[in-house]
Amino acid sequence: MSYEFDFAFLDEYGPELLRGVWLTLGMTAASVLPGFLLGTLCAVGRLYGPPWVRRVAIVYVEAIRNTPLVIQVFWLFFGLAVLQVRIGAFPAAVLALVINVGAYTAEIMRAGFESIPKGQVEAASCLALTRSQVIWGVQLPQAVERVYPALVSQFVLMMLATSIMSQISAEELTGVAYQIQAFTFRGFEVYLVIAGIYVALAAALRLVLLGCATVAFPRRRRLGTPL
Amino acid sequence: MDATLIADAPAAATDRETMVRFEDVRKAFGTVEVLRGISLEVHRGDVTVLIGRSGSGKSTALRCINGLETINGGRLTVCGRKLHEPGVDLRALRQEVGIVFQSYNLFPHLTAAQNVMLAPRKVKRIGIREARELAREVLAQVGLADKAEAYPEQLSGGQQQRVAIARSLAMHPRLILFDEVTSALDPELTGEVLRVIERLAQGGMTMVLVTHEMGFARSVADQLVFMHQGTVWEAGSGDILRDPQTPELRQFVGNGL
Repeated sequence: MSYEFDFAFLDEYGPELLRGVWLTLGMTAASVLPGFLLGTLCAVGRLYGPPWVRRVAIVYVEAIRNTPLVIQVFWLFFGLAVLQVRIGAFPAAVLALVINVGAYTAEIMRAGFESIPKGQVEAASCLALTRSQVIWGVQLPQAVERVYPALVSQFVLMMLATSIMSQISAEELTGVAYQIQAFTFRGFEVYLVIAGIYVALAAALRLVLLGCATVAFPRRRRLGTPL
Repeated sequence: MDATLIADAPAAATDRETMVRFEDVRKAFGTVEVLRGISLEVHRGDVTVLIGRSGSGKSTALRCINGLETINGGRLTVCGRKLHEPGVDLRALRQEVGIVFQSYNLFPHLTAAQNVMLAPRKVKRIGIREARELAREVLAQVGLADKAEAYPEQLSGGQQQRVAIARSLAMHPRLILFDEVTSALDPELTGEVLRVIERLAQGGMTMVLVTHEMGFARSVADQLVFMHQGTVWEAGSGDILRDPQTPELRQFVGNGL
């Protein structure tokens, strides 16, 4: 059995592919920071908030972690339509990603906070820092540093998860691939190329996030401790 | 400095301000009574050293002073604040009462200078320039002027503990508590930390120490308190170690020296 590889579609559909890459990157870039902030707030709320905040955080985290992303996206997209709220595919996709990755980030950050020795909190509060100064100024920086590798993985996963967004007509990389193979019937080659692009995007995202780490953690930078 | 045998010394025996007054203080963890009615006074400028076996309640007594433990009975007055009454402003209290821990508890993500500056900046809201000046000053006081930019993990245990002392000094406390601050250190490093504490004592800082260093306790203490089974068993000047009045202290000293 012989198979003739045919990558001719690259010439014809290059611009479409590039647009898909940009959309994937755009969704990812727009979701990382808000997702991190949402997750961190939920972790802090769940650990140190009043009982009702804890309950809200738990319900949110568990609801998201126990349902498929694609269902969350549909639910949001069509739910908003029912509420007569009209937003485009891109904002809807970003919103869904933020809500989704926020729940996972919340659990990662919770682990980070809980891994910090009690003596740290005790020492800080004995210096007359307020509870919130202790949380944001002493615990948070250490927590982020401890769980940073897990956060990077989570955000790479999120970037890969954008591949379902063509379901709500956000034509990101995978959506573009689907169209190209529908026109060319070169599914194998198309998805081979797409996989390669995802690998490159994931590598780039990791690099960017590690770059952020060197800025965010001066101690690592100075002592050369790898993350 | 005169040492007072608190058991029978009336308050008028000294004209110096009473910084800490325990009156029949009780503390229990669940059903375990850790403090069974202790009475004790700490005067301004004095070094009070608490000694005793593990479980005798000395660390708990110390931790009550800055509100890390809440008392279950009796009266405890610290810097004029009544800790036995509800609604104590712990943050205000802790600006006047510093504490140094056995495990240093430096913030690992901050340099020595940043560790020192954190509370003055955030609590007292002093400017960055003033904070840097302050950090230089207190780090010099503990002999670590050259380590301002080092991170805790780059320092020895003794150096970390001295930074912790400097961090406490930076808040200009009226009283500093030391909770077994040399227990995690080898003898050489213990010496460098004890010398810093000694210098502070000579400078007139009011201090309460829990320690297992008997020689140091005897030499630095204005008031030595032997705790046993949650009570003040014997108290007096450093000399009580030379001439114990109770078999418990005699036995403790026998084991300790």
